[in-house]
Amino acid sequence: MLDFPKWKIWSIWLTIAICTVLALPNALSEQTLASLPAGVPKSQLPLGLDLRGGSHLMLEATPTDVEKAKLEALEDTVRGELRAAEGGAIAVNDLSLTGGRLRFAVGDATRTDQAITILNKVTAPLGLGAAREVDVARGPVPGQIILTPTRAGIDAAVDGAMAQAVEVVRKRIDELGTREPTIVRQGKTRIIVQVPGLQDPQALKALIGKTAKLEFKLVDVGADPAEVAQGRAPPGSQILPSNEGGAVVVKRRAIISGDQLVDAQVSTDQNGAPAVSFRFDSTGGRRFAQATTENVGRPFAIILDGTVISAPNINEPILGGSGIISGSYTVATANELAILLRSGKLPVDLKVVEERTVGPDLGADSIRAGVIASIVSVIAVAVLMIVTYGRFGVYACIALVINVIMIVGIMSAAGFTLTLPGIAGMVLTIGAAVDANVLINERIREEQRKGRGVVASVETGFREATRTIWDANSLNIIVAIIMFLFGSGPIKGFAVVLSIGIATSVFTAVTVVRLMASRWLAAARPAALSI
Amino acid sequence: MPLKLVPDNTNIGFVKLRFIAFAVTLLLTIGAAALLATRGLNLGVDFVGGLTMQVEFEKAPELDRLRERVNRVGVGDAALQEFGNDRTILVRLPLPEGDDGAVQRVVGKVRTALEKDYAGVKFARVESVSGKVSDELIRDGLWAVGLSMLFVALFTWFRFEWYFGVSTVVALVHDVVVTLGFFSLTWLEFDLNIVAAVLTIIGYSLNDKVVIDDRIRENLRKYRQMDIRQIIDLSVNETLPRTVMTSVTLLAALLALLFLGPEVIFGFTAAMVLGIIIGTYSSIFVSSSLLISLGVKTRAAPVENQRTKGAERVS
Repeated sequence: MLDFPKWKIWSIWLTIAICTVLALPNALSEQTLASLPAGVPKSQLPLGLDLRGGSHLMLEATPTDVEKAKLEALEDTVRGELRAAEGGAIAVNDLSLTGGRLRFAVGDATRTDQAITILNKVTAPLGLGAAREVDVARGPVPGQIILTPTRAGIDAAVDGAMAQAVEVVRKRIDELGTREPTIVRQGKTRIIVQVPGLQDPQALKALIGKTAKLEFKLVDVGADPAEVAQGRAPPGSQILPSNEGGAVVVKRRAIISGDQLVDAQVSTDQNGAPAVSFRFDSTGGRRFAQATTENVGRPFAIILDGTVISAPNINEPILGGSGIISGSYTVATANELAILLRSGKLPVDLKVVEERTVGPDLGADSIRAGVIASIVSVIAVAVLMIVTYGRFGVYACIALVINVIMIVGIMSAAGFTLTLPGIAGMVLTIGAAVDANVLINERIREEQRKGRGVVASVETGFREATRTIWDANSLNIIVAIIMFLFGSGPIKGFAVVLSIGIATSVFTAVTVVRLMASRWLAAARPAALSI
Repeated sequence: MPLKLVPDNTNIGFVKLRFIAFAVTLLLTIGAAALLATRGLNLGVDFVGGLTMQVEFEKAPELDRLRERVNRVGVGDAALQEFGNDRTILVRLPLPEGDDGAVQRVVGKVRTALEKDYAGVKFARVESVSGKVSDELIRDGLWAVGLSMLFVALFTWFRFEWYFGVSTVVALVHDVVVTLGFFSLTWLEFDLNIVAAVLTIIGYSLNDKVVIDDRIRENLRKYRQMDIRQIIDLSVNETLPRTVMTSVTLLAALLALLFLGPEVIFGFTAAMVLGIIIGTYSSIFVSSSLLISLGVKTRAAPVENQRTKGAERVS
């Protein structure tokens, strides 16, 4: 039990040495770290937002929005494909997007089969074994076709939209120029955004909360004002609220959308007021030029998130592929719009469902108090252990220090974040380590009382106590794993430290202490043991 | 001479005291359960939704005036609570009706109102949780506690025998209920961090019980003829120095955290301190004595003279 083969001693010291090297960057300043050569571990223990201050937001998308967007995209596909049908365009009538399905009637009922064949082909799953994303079926009325997105189709759409949303959110936050934001997807419909050091998340939320769907549509000048007043738009048109008050009737089909923007910047309009200038990509530019050429003299509407921002007249064809959006903007709101347009539209609406913001002062206070308290705790534990167990108490304290270094080293290297509950978890693993040593030392005392010799007592003490320590700690590991799997936020941070800490505390309290004890027994050969 | 918190070779008749202990335990548990049922817990925004703002003022504000000011914003009744010192106030507001964005608007309004009336006011921490998320957090928390208990029971059953599983879980339920009762009594905020504390208490209390169970099992093998009551008394007494030493050491560390540590973890450490006391009590008095009531058997029937022999060894 107390014999250590050479390889074992070396691997123990090597493990400790590696962890110490991994923990070392935490003791160095940033400048020193930057000057270190490549290949040397440099990662410091990342601190949670509760310790360093910052904003934590949880955003949630409503899947029904995605379903709606998918149906709208489907509408475009249906219209586009049937217009290009072989043997002349197939007219699409009475199209509706209610009840999560797309319904329409084919203008010429005899071409229903052709339409279904076309739609089946374009909605065919990509790749072998992929599930159908849309079911195409005949409706109860002759000539009617119903397209229903399948569960798999909706899931795939939500998944794609979320992945894209994460990218858009990342772009927008990068525009704010904040340091190391963390943007991760959580579950099916959520995104977690963490921005360290951000005091006031208002600007952040304003940027994330907007979809920024930009569209250019022709104004329907032929609409009957009486019908419009009653909320009825002519077929193929829709009524949209206007920023300038009132409502504007526009054609449903967009001439061009914000997807084709390549740049947007703050500039000024002819009156010197803040405005946003934008530039289309080459296809967008051509389409814009064509549309404006064909519609000189008529107004078109610039629409952002379903609201008409302005509806200027097309005085002459706009050929340069760029334009300007003016309205009642301040420099700040114009800048915000420019950022939104540059980063592209969000494929889904995101709502803030959880917000936690900690000011940097509070974080610093917490750290200071935490550090002072930890030092006092450690001193209290050390004094108690040394006074109670003498030499073996000193060993226990050395093991404790190694334990903390190992936890810090492993967490730094693995990139786990240290939160306030994490510090509490660390205190608890110190407790576990203390307990392991108490178990061992009390057992040695007991064996001595039974009249055993020094070496035999120590040997039995370690053997018997180790079994108990394993039992107790495997149970604690189970609890820690459950906490990690089912807990959220602070509980997870706590569970991570606890799991690592239990492993390192068993290693240090049992193996390392045993190594120290055996070396001493071999070297000093004590006749009696004061414990 | 090394310090000994517990003298050598104690021989306290814990088993004899078990009926008193059961009565105390029952009383504590029923009392705590009654408190929980009637008074409930001061659930934090994590669990009921709504928002909390930790506001720091330049000098201590008059609470009545502040409350009146926040209420005048018209976003619901504010609950105010001093947090650590009289310049730091926790403002709690109910979850506003309407969509999820409503919470964000309330924060904005209160911020604007307070910044106007109180110069140099700082919002050190703002937390808002929507109702949907808080429901999930409750669900996750209950799952975590429930599953931990289940796995603990299964593990102890598998590692020892079924009565150990039952006695351990009974003692753990007692620990958890009494801790929750304490939170009901003191009206300390019960949030996610406290759930972590409760799970830790389960872990710690478990540790204690496993150590004693381990010793009971060892002694059951060693002294096959000894009466079960004596085995349990012997095992609890033998492990007593360890039980006390570990608890005292941990308490020393936790008390430092409680009084010197950051305000944010006050509730957490308070729960831990109480949990360690309760857990130690239930390990010594409840779980092991419960084994007798559950009918744990020695390998052979107890014989009169063996009993005397066992007693000699103990003293």
